[in-house]
Amino acid sequence: MHIPDGFLDAKTFITLDVVAVGFVAAAAARARRVLSERAVPLMAVLAAFIFAAQMLNFPVAGGTSGHFAGGALAAILLGPWAGGLVITLVLVIQALAFGDGGMLALGANVFNLAVVAPFVGYGAYSLLRKVFAGEAGRFVGAFAAAWLAVVAAASACAAELAIAGTVPFAVAFPAMVGAHALIGLGEGVITAAALAAIRASRPDLLELGRGGAA
Amino acid sequence: MRKKFYWIALAAAVLLGAAVSPFASEWLDGLERVAKDKGFLARGEGEPLLAAPIPDYAFPGIAKAGWATAAAGAVGTLLTFALALALASALRRRRGK
Repeated sequence: MHIPDGFLDAKTFITLDVVAVGFVAAAAARARRVLSERAVPLMAVLAAFIFAAQMLNFPVAGGTSGHFAGGALAAILLGPWAGGLVITLVLVIQALAFGDGGMLALGANVFNLAVVAPFVGYGAYSLLRKVFAGEAGRFVGAFAAAWLAVVAAASACAAELAIAGTVPFAVAFPAMVGAHALIGLGEGVITAAALAAIRASRPDLLELGRGGAA
Repeated sequence: MRKKFYWIALAAAVLLGAAVSPFASEWLDGLERVAKDKGFLARGEGEPLLAAPIPDYAFPGIAKAGWATAAAGAVGTLLTFALALALASALRRRRGK
């Protein structure tokens, strides 16, 4: 759901550009205090995987497709701050090198996909892990958290389109949530599958992001 | 350090970005679909502020669309890996702190 330039008005994209700069500054300051050396190679391959996976649109309904976004996966593995930084980097590369997502709308895309999605996904996963303990809970929790993260990001996007005066909220919200409720199922499956692959090969990496500190 | 995992994961990512991406669905994504249905898709189709070097994930100068996408995916995945490695290395907590 990369917003191109032209969908948002100046007050909306400038506000979110400022918010995004603030998030990056706070996340970078936090990384300098808590980011462990062990998280460095994981962040690099995770960013590469998320970039590649975001190219792979899968059909969800007649004429509509979606792709993995990765916010919940990054937050589950690294915590929401470092996870959000990984998504931010992917979004910056996509906007600058590939023209995917607007330059002025970059802050809005960072807010939706690198702040809202990781924090909602991380919060939901932490709560669900308390309810569903054990290994099955890891995958059920990851699936549900990833679905919720995508739907939350889509809701934020709908709110921005409404605030910008592009389309009324009562129109944008059901349409965005409807489409992304389907796309979120794919997000959930890929998130759970990625965690299963890591658990099978490097289970120690699943504990890096615990307590939000990678 | 067990580095094998990371090399395999990177290889898998490059494979996805280069070999699977040409077969991705070309249908409108969720936001584009909503924009088309609600009549504001054209607002996003102005000239870009800065010309992207690899616009729309098609590597310039490659005639076949599938190969252009594959090249863009490979370059993008490796570029993302390199920049994320540099960023994470620069930001990580220093030893002894």
